[in-house]
Amino acid sequence: MPFGATVVQQARRCLTIARKDIRIYYSKGPVVIFGVLFPVFLFLSFTIGRHLGVDFMIPGLIGMVLFFTATAISPIVVPWETQARTLERLMSCPVTVETIIMGDILASFAFGVGISLVPIAIGLALGITISSPLVLAAAIILAAFGFAALGNVFSIPPTNLPATVNMIASVVKFPVVFISGIFIPLDELPAWGRAISYVSPLTYFTDIARRCIQGQGYLPVAVDLLALLAFAVLLLAVAVWFHRRTMPRRI
Amino acid sequence: MVCIQVDNLAKHYGKLLAVDHISFKVEQGEFFGFLGPNGAGKTTTVRMLTGIIQADEGSVSILGHKAGSLGAKQMSGVLPEMANAYTDLSGWNNLMLVAQLYGVPTGEARERGAGLLQKMGLEPRKDDLVKGYSKGMKQRLILCLALISDPQILFLDEPTSGLDVQSARLIKGLLQELNARGKTIFLTTHDMDEANQLCHRVAIINQGRIVAIDAPEKIRLATGGVHSVEVSFNGEASIETLANLPGVNSVKKLGDKYRLYTADPGELVVSVVNFSGVNSLKIVSLNILAPTLEDAFVALTEKETK
Repeated sequence: MPFGATVVQQARRCLTIARKDIRIYYSKGPVVIFGVLFPVFLFLSFTIGRHLGVDFMIPGLIGMVLFFTATAISPIVVPWETQARTLERLMSCPVTVETIIMGDILASFAFGVGISLVPIAIGLALGITISSPLVLAAAIILAAFGFAALGNVFSIPPTNLPATVNMIASVVKFPVVFISGIFIPLDELPAWGRAISYVSPLTYFTDIARRCIQGQGYLPVAVDLLALLAFAVLLLAVAVWFHRRTMPRRI
Repeated sequence: MVCIQVDNLAKHYGKLLAVDHISFKVEQGEFFGFLGPNGAGKTTTVRMLTGIIQADEGSVSILGHKAGSLGAKQMSGVLPEMANAYTDLSGWNNLMLVAQLYGVPTGEARERGAGLLQKMGLEPRKDDLVKGYSKGMKQRLILCLALISDPQILFLDEPTSGLDVQSARLIKGLLQELNARGKTIFLTTHDMDEANQLCHRVAIINQGRIVAIDAPEKIRLATGGVHSVEVSFNGEASIETLANLPGVNSVKKLGDKYRLYTADPGELVVSVVNFSGVNSLKIVSLNILAPTLEDAFVALTEKETK
């Protein structure tokens, strides 16, 4: 089969895997409710009593919701499939490891983008305005893809225990939230704090969201978008490279 | 035409050589059995043939395609050992999901799926979630998943293991029908009766090496082994006395029967009849048994282990 036809064929099967994931793992009431409520409560616990304006709070809230939802389920899909003994069947189908991983990432991406509309709607109801909706949309798309790939990276260790993977994910996810300019904007961080914050993809999303909603960002938009794109590509490459090696060891 | 060509295939797990440089061929349309005790390397071999795991050495070709390539997978239907369908989907949705992963056109998938579910007795429960299915129903569904793409080759790893009689019969019947229609079937099993009934040829693997490969009947005859006479009396007989009859090598009590192993079953039958007369016992049943494939299997695997 010509290369182009193989790519189209695998892209279709990747969408099939994403639809399967959404149907089985994401479209459950508790998953959706937890996806919205957990970051909202975490955010409120750090902002209530600090007399912050809505236009400061909403960009941080969107960032947290997007980050937590896009990385919520993707780390545990592969361990779940291993535990439920469905992975070997899936691997025996005419799909590549890349197709399986991309399917899992696409499902997480869709979930993250969908749920991030909730804090945006809350913000609009509270009177915020979005100065550059297209820039924000581009940032949401790039960030959701990168976060979903990051979630998939957490599932690289060939374990079939979702709890183990969740523990690994939590060790990374919580510190990332604190270094990404959500609670303290980048321009108020000390130089060393800013240097650390550049390691986190969430930093660039939060910065762009602040620019679009609050009217003030620290980095140029192009830098934020390029950084988000670079993180998405890098994390996808890492996920695929390692899963190619570890997936057969799960069986 | 060669359908599966395996050359010098080997797989290590750390220091353990799970599959030790095996080679064999399976012809198109053949029903090929792959037998061996637990841990012999059967499942590892099937996983290398289906491309789930990579071989460390050697090569496998499936109708000219490298094992594990998209071309090889597209032509194969696989029923992995201990595999499961998605329990949060209905049987029907599982079938349609696999059909999409094989690129089967929707109309064809629906028609074929309905036919398979009907044949496997799952049609009335097709819209129920798989989590409510019994083990036999799940296994029948997984066989349907392997068949939804109408593959040319079927790899089946212990398809009837632990199933109720009805489910096992249904699956065996379908496999015979598929083979009669020209499908090549690679069946992994440790059920000797199943292999004997279904397979044109079998390979016996032990400790990662193939110890015999031929038609079941030829393996049985080539291995030789002792015949036995199975007898049941209307009362208790002394095992020691039976063991002392001329030509008896050993005696086993199996329920209400005695199995006497011998090299000369004809002479032993006469001795058993005389024994019953002398001891005032009536013979309820008496059969001469030839060595079975199971005996050949045990003899071959024990010899290799020693």
